[in-house]
Amino acid sequence: MADGFNILDPFRSVDLDIADRADGIKHWAISHRAAIDPLKRVLDGLITWIEATLQAVPPLVMLALLVLIAWQAAGRRTALLVGGCLLVLGFLTPDAWSLAMTTLAIVIASVIVCVLIGLPLGILAGKSDRFEAALRPVLDTMQTIPAFVYLVPVVMLMGIGNVSGVIVTIIFALPPIVRLTSLGIRGVNASVVEAARAFGATPRQILTKVELPLAAPTILAGLNQTIMLSLSMVVIASMISVKGLGNEVLRAMGRLDASKAIVGGLGIVILAIVLDRITQGLGRSTRERGHHHWWESGPVGAVLHLVRQRGHHEQDQKQTTGKTIHETA
Amino acid sequence: MATTERSVAIEVRNIWKVFGSRARQAMEAILRDNLSKAEVRDRFGCVVGVRDASFTVGRGEIFCIMGLSGSGKSTLIRHINRLIEPTHGTIHIEGRNVSAMNARDLRALRAEQIGMVFQNMALMPHRTVRDNVAFSLEVRGRPDEERARIAARAIDAVDLTGWEAKYPDELSGGMQQRVGLARAIAADPSILLMDEPFSALDPLIRRQLQDVFIDLAARMHKTTVFITHDLDEAIRIGHRIAIMKDGVLVQVGTPEEIVTRPADAYVADFVAGISKLDLVTAGRIMQPLGLYERENGPLDAAGWPVARPGDTLNALVDLAVGSDHPILVSEGAQRLGVVTKGALLRGIQGRSETNTLSMRGAA
Repeated sequence: MADGFNILDPFRSVDLDIADRADGIKHWAISHRAAIDPLKRVLDGLITWIEATLQAVPPLVMLALLVLIAWQAAGRRTALLVGGCLLVLGFLTPDAWSLAMTTLAIVIASVIVCVLIGLPLGILAGKSDRFEAALRPVLDTMQTIPAFVYLVPVVMLMGIGNVSGVIVTIIFALPPIVRLTSLGIRGVNASVVEAARAFGATPRQILTKVELPLAAPTILAGLNQTIMLSLSMVVIASMISVKGLGNEVLRAMGRLDASKAIVGGLGIVILAIVLDRITQGLGRSTRERGHHHWWESGPVGAVLHLVRQRGHHEQDQKQTTGKTIHETA
Repeated sequence: MATTERSVAIEVRNIWKVFGSRARQAMEAILRDNLSKAEVRDRFGCVVGVRDASFTVGRGEIFCIMGLSGSGKSTLIRHINRLIEPTHGTIHIEGRNVSAMNARDLRALRAEQIGMVFQNMALMPHRTVRDNVAFSLEVRGRPDEERARIAARAIDAVDLTGWEAKYPDELSGGMQQRVGLARAIAADPSILLMDEPFSALDPLIRRQLQDVFIDLAARMHKTTVFITHDLDEAIRIGHRIAIMKDGVLVQVGTPEEIVTRPADAYVADFVAGISKLDLVTAGRIMQPLGLYERENGPLDAAGWPVARPGDTLNALVDLAVGSDHPILVSEGAQRLGVVTKGALLRGIQGRSETNTLSMRGAA
């Protein structure tokens, strides 16, 4: 080394030892595992509960439920599409449905945590330029850094399994909901916010009654992206022993089993289509839907309509019977 | 329109607004060295939005602030409910110092005592007409039933009954601004701030809404600060008018004073440009000769200025300014009628002499 300091190539002769330092962080993480144990247990409980619930529901009932949700959120055509997709998914292989539910549980758990973290961060970033500027490089890092880089430290910290899988997924899937929440808040018409101030609204009321409702379509677009990104992480997450459709793909790759890979891959794609269509339906604003409230359409609307009709019917009957009594008297 | 002998509802004293990151230092330098606008910009990189504005508004008075865009009028009106913080100066509303209020009192003031109407309506697109109108009551936590009742009353006052469940984007521009007006009066505030409320509307609708507003103002006796860039509108609506230019209140006075005695060339320019002065003629506002003689005795028109019935208000104003007598209107040798100073001013305001006659008759 002493002979070789070259001013044109200084990088070769200087060693800041960053890799070793990072190793130190890894060791520190291992020795402090106990500190994050409560977090781990909460997450584990959440995932287990969601998965148990999803697996406990008979597939056909679950399918019907998802179709109804799609109908409510996005209309009849989407419901038909979702129903068709889920049928194909179920018939892929005998255990495809159960694998899909496991994957869905991981995705749902990740998305819940992403919303819990991402919404407040996004609101703060929407309100403060400085916070947004500080947050942006972090979000860029989370989205672009290869998953394999943080796979190892996360496993060191949490061990393998579902919890690590969810955390790895969150790292990758969190940025869009933060970014789009911030964008949505910033996009709210400033004069409407000013009007709310002029009529005496508190900052919290401005947020809940004006900014969040008006930013909702953008925020839901962010939620949609977060869900899509979590799904795209399932194969990588399966490397740290997360079960489900991703694991099928991983195992197929190890055995060069193309047919198995196609089953897993198709399952993921179908799940993605279903979740995407449902959340996109949510993102359409009420104004685009012609100012109908959500309960005025879809299955809920149909049921309410029936109930109301019966109510009217009974009332009519009462009126007519009342009339006849009156007339006879 | 008597503007004297009113108690003061709004008092704005020596308001300055300097925009920029070094506004504080700039303000100190201004007060110390009396810098001009250009000097402030060069030395501190700050823009002076409002320069030493002072005025008072009496209770029940309609006070118009008139100026072109960029003159600082919208900035000035936002100081009254402190949507913008003044760099210097104080505002009192009903004797209370607004500049010294904490956030809580300020919110109560805004929700209960001040209603505001905006040029771009600023309605909440995700709320129905009723929920928009009841917004100030909702943020104060008033019960649903009371909100619905009060909103219905306010909506009725602007003739929008039947539209409560609609959304703003289902309404025309004029109707949207009616909703804005209803929202402002819903909490029955004592003060209305109107920031160019009718400027974005087409002329016919504007005229209509001005009538709605004049009617409401007359019934409700609200203290109003009304911003406009249209002198016609200011004269039609205002009891007093302030003319604003480059952040400075150039002249404050009754429409009569503004029209007859403009403080400087700028105001004079404005007054010269009023379209109505060139449209209304002597024949329309004059009192017929017989009626005048019945009230005031036989006519002695020696030294009176003489106009023809086709002369515009503009010409009549010129005649009236040069003489203390009323104006005689005659066609050739035939005397037709008389235009008194009062009738002339009514004409400028856009009202007819018959109104004043009926008022006089009632009194």
